[in-house]
Amino acid sequence: MLRYQGSRVFGGYAIAPALVLQRAVKEASRAHIDDAEAECARFRAAREKAAKELADLRERTLKEMDDELARIFDVHHSMLFDADFEESVLDIIHAERVNAEYAVLVTGERYADEFASMDNAYMQARAADIADISNRVIRILRGETETHLLETTSPVILVAKDLTPSEIVRLDTAHVLAIVTRYGSLNSHAAILAGSKGIPMVIGVDYDDDIDGKTCIVDAYGALLIVGPDDATLGEYKEKKEKDEENTSLLLALKGKDNITKDGHRIDIFCNIGGEKDVADAIKNDAGGIGLFRSEYLYLRSADYPSEEEQFQAYKTVAQRMEGKKVVIRTLDIGADKRVDYFSLRPEHNPALGYRAVRICLDRPEILKVQLRAILRASAFGNIDVMYPMITSIWEVQQLKNIFEDVKSDLSDEHIAFSDKVAQGVMIETPAAVLISELLAQEVDFFSIGTNDLTQYLLASDRQNPMLERFFDPHHPAVLKAIRMVTENAHRYRKRVGICGELAADTLLTEYFLSLHVDELSVTPSRVLAVRDAVRKTDLSK
Amino acid sequence: MKQLSYTITCKEGLHARPADAFVKYAQTLPCDILLEKGGKQADAKRLLAVMGLNVMQGEEIVLYFRGVGESGAMSAMESYLKTHL
Repeated sequence: MLRYQGSRVFGGYAIAPALVLQRAVKEASRAHIDDAEAECARFRAAREKAAKELADLRERTLKEMDDELARIFDVHHSMLFDADFEESVLDIIHAERVNAEYAVLVTGERYADEFASMDNAYMQARAADIADISNRVIRILRGETETHLLETTSPVILVAKDLTPSEIVRLDTAHVLAIVTRYGSLNSHAAILAGSKGIPMVIGVDYDDDIDGKTCIVDAYGALLIVGPDDATLGEYKEKKEKDEENTSLLLALKGKDNITKDGHRIDIFCNIGGEKDVADAIKNDAGGIGLFRSEYLYLRSADYPSEEEQFQAYKTVAQRMEGKKVVIRTLDIGADKRVDYFSLRPEHNPALGYRAVRICLDRPEILKVQLRAILRASAFGNIDVMYPMITSIWEVQQLKNIFEDVKSDLSDEHIAFSDKVAQGVMIETPAAVLISELLAQEVDFFSIGTNDLTQYLLASDRQNPMLERFFDPHHPAVLKAIRMVTENAHRYRKRVGICGELAADTLLTEYFLSLHVDELSVTPSRVLAVRDAVRKTDLSK
Repeated sequence: MKQLSYTITCKEGLHARPADAFVKYAQTLPCDILLEKGGKQADAKRLLAVMGLNVMQGEEIVLYFRGVGESGAMSAMESYLKTHL
């Protein structure tokens, strides 16, 4: 059994034999010609035929997907008829007395190289579009018709070096259960089209060519290709696949519906995300907003403090993609089990009770200021709030608020835009925060109860210690009572209260949370609809 | 000659689909239009050249209109940019 890691384009599971696409290598060979004019005419005729093919692809995309995606082939059409592209082809034919196939190949490669070398991932991905159109013209010049990519009558996992946008559109989704490619980009039109066709796809997988015909599992959520799985793995993934399909049918039935009980109580169901990569899942599962955007990944993935600009881009992307829906960004929660070398933190005997999160930020406000600047700048592009983790005392909150005000006035002085509606909230995850929640409610705009840490601290049970499993009881009366206290104290001061952490998705407790009038449950994307289902089945009047 | 400066606000910048729509709009205008970014210029009516400038969100472009109907073309382009880019 072999595992290969890649990057996810579109999530899903598939179990089927691999079919490795073998493209006959057809180099456009250089040939001398005598009649340059006739060769130019051949090019123009081939281009007309290519335009017809593109019109058919456009039509098909429009019918199966939508107009926005169909416009990808308008772009191909414009590239094909671009004056510079044409001039280059005709110049090469005349100057070098070569065949049109070769002139198109050279021109296509030149533009593809130009795009591939740009410092912008969007533009780099356009190299694949250029390659798609020049291959199309070269094929037509050879007198070949567009063949089907694969002839198969049984389900397969399609494995290829790369696929073009037009190949994706023409794929037979009844038989291609998933796509795995070695190259490609998340920004490519091929990736966008595969996602829109709903085909699980993983790119950047360095597979071995001998996997052809072998049984494979694609776990596109985890961006994983498993070749030749053993029985246990196969069983595990069959179950995952079944659950995923169940969730998909739930999704179809519950998408767009309100989170409302039978007797009319409403609650918001938001998502927890760990990066831009999770936003698509949140949207797909109909999240009402992002209740917890963990920002640690920006710090964990880099070798030095992430810049304001890098953070700004990440926050802005998420805010824009959520289109005005609430996005709550939690400031860095580094320390404890999330350690980063460049923070130069000393080893600790008891990291869970240690130097982490705002405790670091209050000592080194310059780190937090960079993050708050990025968050505030991004607030001009969407509906952003900020949330501080690991709070135990009022003075911490007051100092954090002062830092926040400093950053705002710096930005104003620099004439940098930000929203003045950014609310500040705190995580309630320590027993101290629960016990002073009445005071905290007067200091901040909202609470979010982090049940994982709260349970561990209330019950004095390390949640990563398997020996403590039966002592680590998230349904313990102390935990439930703490949630009640916090909610009542927040509401006394008309502040919003949410629950993030695994308990929020626990449908055994949905009715309890509703009865407390908790305002929001923030859950992992795949649980949104299950929780919605539980809400809609609840009747508090009974 | 008329001159127009504009800062791109659309999040994807002038990449494929927005660039294509922009070029097609430019092609409907009668005069010559040059697009400039960071000292590099391109014919605004040619897609690959426009994409070659790699114009991203937040970047400033300058458009030069020259020839018949240049004033009308400039005001038409200005409202196009504000609506779409």
